[in-house]
Amino acid sequence: MSEHDHHEGHHVHPELPFWQKYIFSQDHKIIGIQYGITALFFLLFGFFLMLLMRWQLAFPGEPLPIIGKWFGENNMPGGIMLPEFYNQLGAMHGTIMVFLGVVPLAVGAFGNYVVPLQIGAPDMAFPKLNMASYWAYFAGGCVMLASFFVPGGAASSGWTSYPPLANIATQGQTWWLFGMVLLITSSLLGSINTITTIFQLRVPGLTFFRLPFFVWAQLVTAFLLLLAFPPLEAAGVMQLMDRLFNTSFFMPSGLVVSGQPLEISGGGSVLLWQHLFWFLAHPEVYVLILPAMGIVTEIITNNTRKPLNGYKMMIYSIIFLGFMSFIVWAHHMFLTGMGTAISAFFQATTMIISIPSIVILSYMFITLWGGSIRFNTPMLFALAFLPMFGIGGLTGLPLGISAADIHLHDTYYVIAHFHYIVAPGTIFALFAGIYYWFPKATGRHMNELLGKIHFWPSLICMNIIFMPMFIQGLAGVSRRLYDGGASYDFAHNVMPLNQLSTYGAWGLTVAQIPFIFNFFWSIFKGKKAASNNPWQATTLEWAAPNCPPHGNFEKPLKVYRGPYEYSVPGSKKDYSPQFEENS
Amino acid sequence: MSSPADSAIPYTVQPRYDTGLYNAKLGIWLFLASEVMLFGALFSSYILLRTGAPEWPRGASILSVPLGAFNTALLISSSLTMLLSWTALRMKDFKKFKLLLGITILLAIVFLGVKAYEYSTKFEHHYFPSKSTYLAIYFTMTGLHALHIIGGIIVNTYMWGPGSKMWKTDPERFTNRIEIAGLYWHFVDLVWLFLFPMLYLL
Repeated sequence: MSEHDHHEGHHVHPELPFWQKYIFSQDHKIIGIQYGITALFFLLFGFFLMLLMRWQLAFPGEPLPIIGKWFGENNMPGGIMLPEFYNQLGAMHGTIMVFLGVVPLAVGAFGNYVVPLQIGAPDMAFPKLNMASYWAYFAGGCVMLASFFVPGGAASSGWTSYPPLANIATQGQTWWLFGMVLLITSSLLGSINTITTIFQLRVPGLTFFRLPFFVWAQLVTAFLLLLAFPPLEAAGVMQLMDRLFNTSFFMPSGLVVSGQPLEISGGGSVLLWQHLFWFLAHPEVYVLILPAMGIVTEIITNNTRKPLNGYKMMIYSIIFLGFMSFIVWAHHMFLTGMGTAISAFFQATTMIISIPSIVILSYMFITLWGGSIRFNTPMLFALAFLPMFGIGGLTGLPLGISAADIHLHDTYYVIAHFHYIVAPGTIFALFAGIYYWFPKATGRHMNELLGKIHFWPSLICMNIIFMPMFIQGLAGVSRRLYDGGASYDFAHNVMPLNQLSTYGAWGLTVAQIPFIFNFFWSIFKGKKAASNNPWQATTLEWAAPNCPPHGNFEKPLKVYRGPYEYSVPGSKKDYSPQFEENS
Repeated sequence: MSSPADSAIPYTVQPRYDTGLYNAKLGIWLFLASEVMLFGALFSSYILLRTGAPEWPRGASILSVPLGAFNTALLISSSLTMLLSWTALRMKDFKKFKLLLGITILLAIVFLGVKAYEYSTKFEHHYFPSKSTYLAIYFTMTGLHALHIIGGIIVNTYMWGPGSKMWKTDPERFTNRIEIAGLYWHFVDLVWLFLFPMLYLL
């Protein structure tokens, strides 16, 4: 954990030895950074899994040069990828990106680091739970990584682990389930902590309608995690029972595998797993996006120097969004034959849930109107989030209509749709957050030029990767083909697009090098932040000294106004922080 | 292990003026909300599996209703003693608290003993989870519930033994801890009150 060394010079607590201060730390800021570093590692790892898949899709059956033979005879004999290995890569790419990369970065890292600072709290409400949450996440990550090395390799039934396939899959699936139980425990502890912190530890004067939108986003997210994850845990326990004790929760009667009737009692339901899984996994989609919306809102208001338009309306929208996200899950299951009446219900709720998302996005756009915008790196990423999330969200509507979904279900169109939301959407917002709060965490800015070199190629490459997938999906190419569609005649017209996507992915790889360099270089050599409030922002985290000490704030705080009072008429400066009485 | 910031976190003992709760009480209610979702998912699965099944055994034909009823009585009594142990602390009667919490723990251990006996007689008759969906859900749900009982025993034993030293240093906080442990214990009891009729009687 030497990456935390930079804190050493600023605040020394001689009473805590190194391992307690930086490794088994109970300080929300250290835990936030631990979450951040680990999640960024997993994002990169999941990205590399995807690069391997993209090689196979663009050049099916061709040996991967140089590094191909590193993966062993069981996975890539002679550098040529086996279908089984491709399936492992697919399942683990999804699992790692969602559960070990984006959510821990958005909720574990930013939630932990920023929320207590923004509400003026000395720490999270339960520091020990917080530490336990990180280490459960860490252990879950290790289990997932270790599963690549067990006989038969890692889980290969998709990140959704649909039975009966997942029930009869190799040992890796059991590891996947154990890993998920650890990750669910971690997010459970984290969400209890976040909600309690926001309810209990707000400083005097910070009423609910003075909370920054980011805190609201984290609050709703925490409720989603708290209530949506346990059903998946129940489903995970049942799948473990199926795999280890031969029960038949998800196994219907009369299954025949490789010509042999399975010796099971039968009588289970495969749809039961899908219902339980999507009861988690649809709110999970909002867990991916809400913190991103929170980050983008902070950065947009700060850099337009205007109050946030429709602050209260955005809060009502995000609460409504949270409620609705619990009753849309079966729109993932239109093609399972669950019945048209159920489909009609979930189609209606799906159309309704798009309304608050559009309200939020519209207010973000309206906030730009008439502002004197500062185009710094965090703002560029935040601005790119808006159209990218817009494309991702609007292309989701046809998927929510059960008739259109018959054609689009499980095609590359789906892949393109949710990657637009998560990759150039959420991940761009997370990059924006890293650039924006970096001075608070380290006392130094990240380099602006490198930031722009990171931003523009990333934006272009993201679109090169995902835009062709819409076209492939409309042509009917299924998302789970390991040869990219080579064995289907109808797909041949859109096959060349696979290579375009792959070149885009290579470009995206190169575009991340300036970020990685910038991140580590700026910790030590970046431009020093001019003050505790280098962006001239209004929220409470900027009242704390840079690299805040244990306990965060030097003197007691009081809040005098709403979170986004920029350019108040009659005020001497163009921002009126919440923590200043007269400004 | 206690960090220096522990004391700086407000409302660890006293309730906050506007929410009326101290931190841990809100925390345990949130935890119980997630537990409701966990068991709720299993109860829903039970309903879905049972309504989809061509035939479903009557619980009483496989399980022993008297043993189940006895266990139900044990858990209800233990909930009562748990509550009384907390009120004893509120009355500053530490000896009575020790006695009542001790009884709570003993009742829970007897519950587990009866449960283990029930399991072993099922196994003797080759009633394994793999035999039918009914037995699968029976073993899964009662097993998960038993894990919760074990968790409760561990927490209560800690509060009865080494944890009770806090009574001397910080009695108010200790009383809160017993309240929290009690809320959890009542929840585990409540889950059984649904499990018993569902698995044994219906």
